[in-house]
Amino acid sequence: MSLHLGIELDGEGAHPEAWRRAGHSPDRLLTGRTVADRVAAAENAGFTFATFEDSLLPPGADGGPVGRIDAVNRAAFVAATTSTLGLVPVVGTTYAEPFHTSSQLATLDYASRGRGGWIASRDTDPRVASALGRSAVTVPADLAREERDAITVVRDLWDSWEDDAVIRDYATGRFVDRDRLHYIDFQGDTYSVKGPAIVPRPPQGQLVVFGRGGEVDPSQVDVVLVSEATLDDIADAAARTKDRGAALVFVELDVALGSSTPAPPSGRLSFAGEASGLLELLRALDPHVDGVRLHPAVVDHDLPVLARYVVPALLREGLAHRPVTGATLRGTLGLARPDTRFQAPRLEDSPR
Amino acid sequence: MTDNSHARPGAQVHFGVFFQGVNHTTIWSDPSSGSQIDFETFRRVALTAERGLFDAFFLGEGLRLREQGGKILDLDIVGRPDAITQLAALAGITRHIGLVATQNTTYNEPADLARRLSGLDLLSGGRAGWNAVTTDNAWTGENFRRGGYLDHADRYERAGQFLDTARAIWDAWADDAVATSTDAPTWAAPDGVQQVTRRTSQFDVAITPTLPRSAQGHPVIFQAGDSPAGRDFAAGRADVIFSRHGTHFDEALAFAEDIRARLRRAGRPEDDVKILPGTQIVLAETASEVEEKVRWVLEGQYTGQTALSLVGQVWGRDLSDRDPDGPLPEFDPVPAPISVTRGAARDGKDPLAIAREWRALAEAQNLSLRQVAIATTQRSGFAGTPGQVADELTRWVRSGATDGFNISPYLVPTGLDDIVDLLVPELQERGSYRTEYEGSTLREHLGLRPPLSRRELPPRQATG
Ligand SMILES: Cc1cc2nc3c(=O)[nH]c(=O)nc-3n(C[C@H](O)[C@H](O)[C@H](O)COP(=O)(O)O)c2cc1C
Repeated sequence: MSLHLGIELDGEGAHPEAWRRAGHSPDRLLTGRTVADRVAAAENAGFTFATFEDSLLPPGADGGPVGRIDAVNRAAFVAATTSTLGLVPVVGTTYAEPFHTSSQLATLDYASRGRGGWIASRDTDPRVASALGRSAVTVPADLAREERDAITVVRDLWDSWEDDAVIRDYATGRFVDRDRLHYIDFQGDTYSVKGPAIVPRPPQGQLVVFGRGGEVDPSQVDVVLVSEATLDDIADAAARTKDRGAALVFVELDVALGSSTPAPPSGRLSFAGEASGLLELLRALDPHVDGVRLHPAVVDHDLPVLARYVVPALLREGLAHRPVTGATLRGTLGLARPDTRFQAPRLEDSPR
Repeated sequence: MTDNSHARPGAQVHFGVFFQGVNHTTIWSDPSSGSQIDFETFRRVALTAERGLFDAFFLGEGLRLREQGGKILDLDIVGRPDAITQLAALAGITRHIGLVATQNTTYNEPADLARRLSGLDLLSGGRAGWNAVTTDNAWTGENFRRGGYLDHADRYERAGQFLDTARAIWDAWADDAVATSTDAPTWAAPDGVQQVTRRTSQFDVAITPTLPRSAQGHPVIFQAGDSPAGRDFAAGRADVIFSRHGTHFDEALAFAEDIRARLRRAGRPEDDVKILPGTQIVLAETASEVEEKVRWVLEGQYTGQTALSLVGQVWGRDLSDRDPDGPLPEFDPVPAPISVTRGAARDGKDPLAIAREWRALAEAQNLSLRQVAIATTQRSGFAGTPGQVADELTRWVRSGATDGFNISPYLVPTGLDDIVDLLVPELQERGSYRTEYEGSTLREHLGLRPPLSRRELPPRQATG
């Protein structure tokens, strides 16, 4: 088997004091330059995808960074300057307007030529609601409903244009075939959405949707991120998640390499030590999961070590594969490009 | 009626490019027309504009596909990217040009939109702009959780409160809030970030903002409404007006005078708001080539079907079986109880009155239906040789009628090429166009002063 390698690039890293070990002064964190440099390093190293955490609330621990540029913006900013790396922002499902989420992510997919993904995530902190002037959603069943509805609406909107809806038919003067555009007419418990999307169907048809294990319905997403502290628990969780319909299961993994101090326990599997030890752990994970999402303790310290010692070794062993230019993220992950669920009967199929 | 009191001898022409989304302005039927949605098209237009030293690349917004008679309008270009996301992608491959997103104040929340706009502003190094529009129709609302909850009359009230809240969010970080050394006791100074709390008729917001101010303070505010309320909104709160008045000089000058009067009443200097009308520019080498090219452009924009559709919008019924080169319908429009065409500019006006006007025009000038459609909806600005157009644009700007133009290319991605290659050099020869970018931010390109909310403060300390 082989592993798809992802890296989380938010902030300065998972360690609360990571900002003290960053390769720049604190006030350079929230700049295009920092985002672009790190993403370029991840792409050059051979990672499959990069993720960008997000929330409307200030991130981080006491004394650490309290600023963060929104994740879709960061992913889009590097979309046209990269060529192989998947770009996977976190966007919340509890309060965001699914219509906006769908358009933003579809636009990311166009700008990156099919390398966009989405980590659908719950906003569990009531302060997000206060910021938006909404009443807080706190009951787990309600959070689950909002998540399910948001993913449904976003996906339906991506499908609301058939792939060939733009016909540019000179003879009849029609730019689109309106029969290949579809109202989604979503009717949920708390809201409805009409459609169709304003952005035509994205290059991948459907972006790669990630969800968190234990939260998301595995059949609604392409990748489930499992987060367990031990190898055994991960093996169990991965098997269970596959049984429940997940196409791919990736594991969350904290890493602190060389002299990097490990971050305090996060509930995720964690590795601290030399690159060779991490390689061993990854080999051990390989039979159980389809990929890893690495959370470096200090991005500016760990990313160069990963790029120099870890990823090349995995590539050499055939345990990982460098994505190729022109491939979509779906293609790289071995996922098929789905047909739209709203496919209308065609003239050539249906006599009339 | 030229009023010379606002003559500005050294004034420069400012250009933006309006990459239209849903429209019949862009001729999709021409063989050289590229995809309207592929990023490559946007990239080429933005890079051409930047080569031409434009101030800004500008995107509109429409959050539901247009419909006519209950069906999605299929004649025009439809489909467009999300503006802020697309501009963030363009920020990554441009260095100077401003990036302006049209975003409505109804189907967004200040905490989220202010953050996304300032994210764009930071990533681009201070090149973001926000064209604040007030879309409020319930029909668009069917795509949002909030639905069509907002009364038409409340839209500028919400827009004003929205903008004030956004400004509070943008101003919440002290300029030296973030440490400049990894040895500092904390990443942000303990009192460096202020909580923003707003309780108004439209908002109930409590937030700790997550972003510092950008190189230009905060995004430049554009406004694009034309009613008295819209103009007052601009005079009170905006930096730039994207106006409709870019066709007739006298009309443009009258509009500018009106805005200057409103600015004085709002206690702001007369040049505090820049005016950039939307326009189209057709260039050719000789008078007869100009005429031929204008005809070609209009015929590409107003196909027979498009003309029938535009007139059908007023008549409130399907006219597609009529002859576009024949007369206007002899019967009267259906006074539809609700507007039949959704998402079009003429939404809400009395169709009978429009029909009367159009018939009078057709009779006076002996126009066909298609010619009426062209005469009444075309917002085209300028046509001529590069030298003629350069003279004319220079005159407009130096007479105080506008500060520049937001150009809609009638073709993408190549539609700016002749403007940049032929017109810009002519303007430069006349001394009415920059020969290099003088600053790095959109605010600097436009010659704007610091953001309204920060003017009373002492000048910023340069930070390393
Ligand atoms: C030149 C111009 C461009 C506009 N572009 C948009 C747009 O892209 N999206 C939108 O929703 N509204 C757009 N508007 C609509 C205005 O923002 C505003 O909602 C509308 O003009 C009604 O306001 P008013 O009565 O003050 O004119 C535009 C208006 C003008 C004049």
